[in-house]
Amino acid sequence: MKRLLPRVLMAPAVLTLFLWMIVPLLMTIYFSVIRYNLMQPDQSGFVGLENFEYFVTDPSFSTAVINTLLLLGWVIVITVVVGIAIALLTDEPFPGRNIVRILLISPFFIMPTVNALLWKHMMMNPIYGVLAQVWAFFGAAPVDWLTDFPLFSIIVIVSWQWLPFATLIFVTALQSMNREQLEASRMDGANYLQQLRYLYIPHLGRSVAVVVMIEMIFLLSVFAEIYTTTGGGPGDASTNVAFLIFKQALLGFDAGVASAGALFAVVLANVAAVFLIRMVGKNLDK
Amino acid sequence: MTQTQINKLIYVVRAVLSWAVALFLFFPLGWLVLTAFKTELQAISVPPLLFFKPTMENFIIVEARSDYLLYAQNSLVTSVASTVLGLALAFPAAYSMAFFRTKRTKDILMWMLSTKMMPAVGALVPVYVMAQTSGLLDTTTGLIIVFTLSNLPIMVWMLYSNFKEIPGEILEASRMDGASLWQEFRLVLLPLTMGGLASTGLLCLVLSWNEAFWSLNLSAAKAGTLAALIASYSSPEGLFWAKLSAASFMAVAPIVVFGWFSQKQLVQGLTFGAVK
Repeated sequence: MKRLLPRVLMAPAVLTLFLWMIVPLLMTIYFSVIRYNLMQPDQSGFVGLENFEYFVTDPSFSTAVINTLLLLGWVIVITVVVGIAIALLTDEPFPGRNIVRILLISPFFIMPTVNALLWKHMMMNPIYGVLAQVWAFFGAAPVDWLTDFPLFSIIVIVSWQWLPFATLIFVTALQSMNREQLEASRMDGANYLQQLRYLYIPHLGRSVAVVVMIEMIFLLSVFAEIYTTTGGGPGDASTNVAFLIFKQALLGFDAGVASAGALFAVVLANVAAVFLIRMVGKNLDK
Repeated sequence: MTQTQINKLIYVVRAVLSWAVALFLFFPLGWLVLTAFKTELQAISVPPLLFFKPTMENFIIVEARSDYLLYAQNSLVTSVASTVLGLALAFPAAYSMAFFRTKRTKDILMWMLSTKMMPAVGALVPVYVMAQTSGLLDTTTGLIIVFTLSNLPIMVWMLYSNFKEIPGEILEASRMDGASLWQEFRLVLLPLTMGGLASTGLLCLVLSWNEAFWSLNLSAAKAGTLAALIASYSSPEGLFWAKLSAASFMAVAPIVVFGWFSQKQLVQGLTFGAVK
């Protein structure tokens, strides 16, 4: 009984997740070694590793991998650094702090599609967009953000959405700082930079780990933001791996190649997971 | 300047800077809200209009054109149902992991998280085929199942890190006193973990409400959620900003307001035990 009960309780969640993972995975493996083009249903049969070769030698492939990593890396750096800065800034009471908090957290609740459309049209449009008008006000030529700096634009959009999350975690972490310790360090003549270096930053270590972990889970597969703004373009300039698979599957109608790409994404996700467990898992165990 | 004056100055600078940063980051959203109440001409006026006579016209047109209420209902049904279902699956699993820890517990947890790291698009073709063969394509049931499963790893993990804070002895004691498993859950564990449950549920609601990938690919006119509805407004280039804003406003307002009220509760569990 004592050994059985925990397993029974765990079973529903573990089993459903296992099915959710294994069934699509097996189907994907099967699709990836056959010819499976939705536009040419008459052609079928085993093709071995041809689909993999096609996906990996696709000139878009390396760009997509690099874009995925750039997007992930930059958004994490931006949200962590700016998030900590904002958390420190708003750490002490001032008039209207609660309203400021509410304003800061709001973008987190916005759905990616709205977020993307909002930036695409109202912020980054080269003629009527707010940014263009600010640029014009200062006498600069307006920039066509999504065409000229597509990946950068996506990074900005995604960062804007994830910054509240990071900020929120850091704000909460700061609330549990030992105030007496801070006071004592001040008495001993520590300046703000020293406090930052020896008290604040070490205290935030674990929350940085959490932010990196969660963002990694969600950012490896950014999709809606790209789908609604640049469509991966121009060319492949803002195509990440998730979007490349989508292009193969739905725009190229080639389920075989898309499945090969999906398996590659599984590998990429697992490499990231191992890396994550090494780096973050330990930190969380303490 | 004396020390007090310097401190006062820092205080003022800090407050002003905080407000400036908050308003700056909120600006795109505020702009969306403003635009929703403009006419199409005002929406693209150069220079941008800050003051104008608000109109409700856009909202009326959006509702007439795309049956907002149906999509809103789908969003509500799918997010609430997937949250309840997810909690029902995650609660016992997290309990078992937190209080009957074995060597493999951590591996299972990490494995669960790793399923979440695979881009959903990787499973698109198989899931689409399965949904089609089982007749779940474009049904709320199909979306509920998919949302539940894609949120499950995060839910188990959040609850687990929450349960871990509770000393096992308390549960042990209740068992000694003859409490059944159900009583243990209801009378001991539930009151102690109400906060964690609430924040897990809240996060799940927000994630499901905003989920765009599966709802875009697995649903259409019948089971479409608000996230999918908004994406359908992305095609007309340019001149429909006011209507787009109105539709977006209606899609995000419920969850944003909900988020404002629940933010304190939400944050507690979001820290995943990183903050003591």
